[in-house]
Amino acid sequence: MHNFSLKIKHIGLFVLFGLPLLAMAETPEEKGLAIAIEADKRDTGWQDQTASLEMVLRNRHGQESKRIIRTKTLEVDGDGDKALSIFDSPRDIKGTAFLSYTHALVPDEQWLYLPALKRVKRISSNNKSGPFMGSEFSYEDLSSQEVEKYSYKYLRTEEIDGREAFVIERKPAYKYSGYTRLITWLDTEMYQPLKIEFYDRKKALLKTLTYSGYQQYEGQFWRPTNMSVVNHLTKKSTDLHWKDYRFRTGLTDRDFDRNSLKRAR
Amino acid sequence: MLTRTSLSAVSAALLCIPAFSYAGEWSGYVSGEFRAFANSPTDARQHDNNFSFSAQPEYYTDWDNGQQSFTFVPFVRWDENDDERSHADIRELTWLKAADSWELRAGIRKVFWGVTESQHLVDIINQTDLVEATDGEEKLGQPMVNLALIHDWGTLDLFVLPGFRERTFPGEKGRLRFSPRIDTDQAIYSSDDKEQHIDYAARWAHYLGDWDIGLSYFNGTSRDPRFAFGQDNKGQPVLVPIYDLIKQWGLDLQATLGDWLWKFEAINRSGQVDRSGQSKSYTALTAGFEYTFIGIADSNADLGVISEVLYDERGDDALTPFADDILLASRLTLNDEQSTEFLLGMIFDSDDAARLLTLESSRRFGDNWKITLEGQAFINIPNVSTELLFGIRRDSYLQLEIARYF
Repeated sequence: MHNFSLKIKHIGLFVLFGLPLLAMAETPEEKGLAIAIEADKRDTGWQDQTASLEMVLRNRHGQESKRIIRTKTLEVDGDGDKALSIFDSPRDIKGTAFLSYTHALVPDEQWLYLPALKRVKRISSNNKSGPFMGSEFSYEDLSSQEVEKYSYKYLRTEEIDGREAFVIERKPAYKYSGYTRLITWLDTEMYQPLKIEFYDRKKALLKTLTYSGYQQYEGQFWRPTNMSVVNHLTKKSTDLHWKDYRFRTGLTDRDFDRNSLKRAR
Repeated sequence: MLTRTSLSAVSAALLCIPAFSYAGEWSGYVSGEFRAFANSPTDARQHDNNFSFSAQPEYYTDWDNGQQSFTFVPFVRWDENDDERSHADIRELTWLKAADSWELRAGIRKVFWGVTESQHLVDIINQTDLVEATDGEEKLGQPMVNLALIHDWGTLDLFVLPGFRERTFPGEKGRLRFSPRIDTDQAIYSSDDKEQHIDYAARWAHYLGDWDIGLSYFNGTSRDPRFAFGQDNKGQPVLVPIYDLIKQWGLDLQATLGDWLWKFEAINRSGQVDRSGQSKSYTALTAGFEYTFIGIADSNADLGVISEVLYDERGDDALTPFADDILLASRLTLNDEQSTEFLLGMIFDSDDAARLLTLESSRRFGDNWKITLEGQAFINIPNVSTELLFGIRRDSYLQLEIARYF
């Protein structure tokens, strides 16, 4: 009985003071963070994922070159994911494999396997801002998106290409990031990005990434079919076409060790 | 060229391919190469500029949900002038079975150990295919059975290596060779089993945070021959390779600290007879760093600066010209869609003015072509016949290679 009255009292206090305080106290920063946490929560539990991707690089004259890459990713609780990328083309680098253990705030651990030399090389991973395979994507664009990687600020909600989106400003917490801020349009239903604008270290708009063709897998996880990035300074662009997404295939840590690099196909 | 014991390793690999083998996949390359030499040869029998063609197809198939695979990689080269450089080899013919805590491989394979750039002391499983490249980076396929035990404490690789592969050397018409030439037909072995001697090796490798470490042991026929003077069947002076039985411990370490890579390799070898005719155990090491300037001049390009110290306790009695030397090198990676790369390095001998300048650069054209420009310059090589690089003192060259990948 005593307990009960205590609860009532607390709820009473909450109703009286808490709710208005909460509404007033939810700063744009708190709202941005809350949305990021919700997006992360909704994309948790896929365990592992495999996919294949075609990367089309286009220079300012419209000349194209292609890469075909297969990816395997392992979800890691409380840390960044483990990822293995295997290159099928261009043919001179066929069999090259790239393994990374990603982290939010400290440098990733990365190994590269060079099949011609049969050599596994540990590589420096400070440089998350460097181009991935000569494309307009950087390593940090393609690595796993952990909540702690950014600070957040909710800006507004607006419609983009017929979908309602939260517009959120993110500032990288990682000191070697190539960006000063990112403006993200996050779909209010899927909690997945529709568009990201990247601002470089000089605070100029560097590139714009758009996502399309979202499909839902395992009744929960949304993945894009196409990702297209345009570099506004160089006028170069890169398109990613994803296919064969598979989830919960039973991959383990063993599929992401240095031995697995040597037999990755 | 393959010995009987190595053939048994190969047939073991072949037996493991299931009769219902899944349709595999072919890939590989064909390549044309042109070498231009700065000077006329030291020996009138040697050639000037040279054309050569090579091909390396690769067949791969897997089954058992990717847990078993079969790989076949033959290699063939035709050389315009050098009969010894025209050669064929099986780079790989391997069956692999992977399980949760182990991987088993049987057949012919290439294995690389180590971290440094200037030389590869620890790397000992495969013989060097020296006619392919003077830098020793090209290797002959080695017959083996290899069991890898994979645990929390790292990976322990165990090797049984039946069948020794002799090092290849350029023939009498070839450039970039010792003088007098090396007569591989007369090779001498310390072991009574000669090239049938079965070698053993083991390696433990692990990583702890920023550190990657490898500890290895080898017991068998040395991949590095020493030489004795002799005569060929025409009565011409030749060098005869002698292969000793050795034991070798190896340690390789790399610390990856921000933009710095710190590298260390050391070996302790016993049983190898040196140039003074003595067989003392000795230590040799390579130590250095690679620092990368990222995104130089507001571009995507990275510039790496590499320096390594090369040391061999035997000094002038060592079988290598790199007994007390320093490497300074620079690596430029454009990170463009053609994967353009340049590596320019110089090895300085600390005893004399001898220098070895190396250039390696490559660029992809379209999706399937790759052009490689390489060169070496041998500078201030002492004009004394006991100098290890004496035979190649006039062989500075530039090499253009065009490869079509499929």
